[in-house]
Amino acid sequence: MIRYTAGRLASLILSLIAASIVIFAVIEVIPGDPASFMLGVNAREDTLAALRDQMGLNDPLPVRYLNWVTGLLTGDLGTSWTYKTPVADLVADRIWVSLPLAIYALTLSTLIAFPAGIIAASRRGGPADVTIMGATQLGVAIPNFWFAMILVLIFAINLRWFSAGGFPGWEDPALALKSLTLPAIALALPQAAILARVMRSSLLDMLGEDFIRTARAKGLSRRQALWRHAVRNALIPVLTIIGLQFSFLLAGGIIIEQVFFLPGLGRLIFQSISARDLIVVESVVMLLVFTVIVVNFAVDLAYAAVDPRLRRRA
Amino acid sequence: MTLLGVKNLTLNIGPHPILHDVDLTVEAGKITAITGESGSGKSMTALAIMGLLPKGANTTGTITFEGGDLLQTSEPDLCDIRGNDIGMVFQEPMTALNPVHTIGSQVAETIRIHTKASKTDAMAQAATMLKRVGLDVPPDRYPHELSGGQRQRVVIAMAIALRPKLLIADEPTTALDVTTQARILTLLQSLVNEFQMGLILITHDLAVVADVADTITVMKKGRVVESGPATRVLTQTQHPYTKALLAASSHQPATREPYASQTPATPGLVVQNVTRTYPLPRQTILGRRAHFRALDNVSLTIAPGERVGLVGESGCGKSTLTRAILGLEDVQAGTITLDGDPVFTGNRPNLTVRRKMQVVFQDPYGSFNPRHRVGRLVSEPWHLLETKPPNGPDLIAQALTDVGLTPSDADKYIHEFSGGQRQRIAIARALITQPDLIIFDEAVSALDVSVRAQILDLIADLGTKRRLAYLFISHDLHVVRAVTDRVLVMQKGRIVEDGPTAQVYDTPQHPYTKELLAAAPHLPDFAEV
Repeated sequence: MIRYTAGRLASLILSLIAASIVIFAVIEVIPGDPASFMLGVNAREDTLAALRDQMGLNDPLPVRYLNWVTGLLTGDLGTSWTYKTPVADLVADRIWVSLPLAIYALTLSTLIAFPAGIIAASRRGGPADVTIMGATQLGVAIPNFWFAMILVLIFAINLRWFSAGGFPGWEDPALALKSLTLPAIALALPQAAILARVMRSSLLDMLGEDFIRTARAKGLSRRQALWRHAVRNALIPVLTIIGLQFSFLLAGGIIIEQVFFLPGLGRLIFQSISARDLIVVESVVMLLVFTVIVVNFAVDLAYAAVDPRLRRRA
Repeated sequence: MTLLGVKNLTLNIGPHPILHDVDLTVEAGKITAITGESGSGKSMTALAIMGLLPKGANTTGTITFEGGDLLQTSEPDLCDIRGNDIGMVFQEPMTALNPVHTIGSQVAETIRIHTKASKTDAMAQAATMLKRVGLDVPPDRYPHELSGGQRQRVVIAMAIALRPKLLIADEPTTALDVTTQARILTLLQSLVNEFQMGLILITHDLAVVADVADTITVMKKGRVVESGPATRVLTQTQHPYTKALLAASSHQPATREPYASQTPATPGLVVQNVTRTYPLPRQTILGRRAHFRALDNVSLTIAPGERVGLVGESGCGKSTLTRAILGLEDVQAGTITLDGDPVFTGNRPNLTVRRKMQVVFQDPYGSFNPRHRVGRLVSEPWHLLETKPPNGPDLIAQALTDVGLTPSDADKYIHEFSGGQRQRIAIARALITQPDLIIFDEAVSALDVSVRAQILDLIADLGTKRRLAYLFISHDLHVVRAVTDRVLVMQKGRIVEDGPTAQVYDTPQHPYTKELLAAAPHLPDFAEV
């Protein structure tokens, strides 16, 4: 298990280095000079040159890469060209919306999907299965922004249980959570639908395995055999999906952030790209990549915890 | 004392009749064998006794066990009986265990379901039971760390942990090597004696039955066709089906002219000092990698027209040798040539060699693309030729006729054929380029005895007619003896014995060959009985 973890950790570090090089290279080859963008089309040539120099755009590429990476490691992400504030502060504000929202949505989707998938699988072909599968079909098909608007219409405008949008900050955690609830539900339901379907099909595969028959021959009832022998084995594909979904939820909630006026990472990156604020784009993308890689690392460790065949005896 | 009595058991699953009026009795301390070919209803009878029939099953008749009728017993009561009074062992030890739990906890689970034993108590009992079934592996291991034979011992330990009165073993040794099979059968026999259990031993292999059973029940298409004490069923066989089964199991293909060892025009297949190793995972992070020698200095020749057998247990290197001969992978040392040409030429196959050599694999289900028609499947090897033959359809028709099918079968899909027919199609595919050498890799291992006998006849017949050389690879000693002139015995990557078939079987020289021959179950010779 220690060797397995060490191996995964080494792969994590290598992935991060590779990703940082790729992100840096891609941003560098994107057409559009940030200096001329900042000063406008009528800027004087010498002002432009001075700004380019000040921004370090004239240094050789390796030097700029090293400066950027050193900055990342020391928490100095540079200064946004459009907002004129440190990128670190910008990102820190947004991540405290996006990260809790992603975790909230993922928790909800898991809490819905696990029981739904297990019930559907254990009563395959029965009315419960048909109902759950029908509901997940809908959940996959409905666009989440439309669903978000329906939620706003019902719970914010008609019932007035929640506010229709905005984020009050974390001074009052209860209020903050409350304002994230509708967005989290809107994000979670489509994910839950997918996860429930994966859980169901994975469980059905397991229920057809020989060791389930062995478990029944030992004297376990159908339900006991399902819980003791099928669920844990069925988790591997489910964990894979959860890992993918978390990465998606963290940055991919941009439309939901728009619908609910949430100051999240998705909006930040969208605005920075439109403004050619490349230093923000670079940092946010790197942060997202970092999160994805760390989540994958966590998923790998979870695999090994679930399935002993994946750990090697050292 | 009668332990279990099955009377007039009839089973339908949905509209399909599965069993008709099956009668069976099992005595305590005796072994009752149920035998028959696939689809005869052996396993369904066992599942009916266990109350584990699939959904939609409809039964009539009675299954009396300990005074009660199992068919009328409620599901919760059946759960109490399963694992406690009746244990069951299944065919596939590789998949019968849950991969995510330790073997000890899986044996302990049986104990914990039915008794009030504490977790530590149950684990201790499980450890004792694992020792009793001859497993010298600590109970905290996971199934994937064990070999097939060891896993089957774990499954047996699980089934007998509470000393059930009845044990049902469904093909318990079919997936195992002959030597392992012999040990598992001995274990089952000793458990029957020690615990005075009744044992229902289900197997398609009459030789296994003949060695251990007290009574034999022969089934065909859901009916019992013959039943009685083992010696009577085997020696004074009544039913024609039983006679046919016995004949098929000890079948010797007829009309074999012995191989004439005149000096051949071409050298044929020459394998010289071949070594193939695979790196093993590092034991420490920067430690040296150990290597596993799958083939260790292997040399053999197959002259044109020669019929050679290769026997050995799983993991002995048979498959690696097959892949190397087919030129599918490189070897670290030594050379493999066919008529002087190397078989392995990097990423681009050596077509001159490939068209002279074809292969038939074990699995008649997995080795065909289900979306292509038989005609296309059979003619696939033509891509080895420079130009497609102009009279393609005629050649396909000829190849299909040669293997006992009809030309019109070329338009069908593979799912329309039975296992035996599919293996004929595989042979037709191998014959289509008129090869000099065919490799049969466990080509009859997945077939029922009667089908196996037909395929063996076909192989022997083709060998004679076409002066075809072949390498017949099998773990089944009996089959190899029937169709080869010369036999090679392989152990741990080495050829330990090489000689004329009759000589190797009658006077084996190497201790491993002797062990293999002793372990192989055999039907009694009826002339002697």
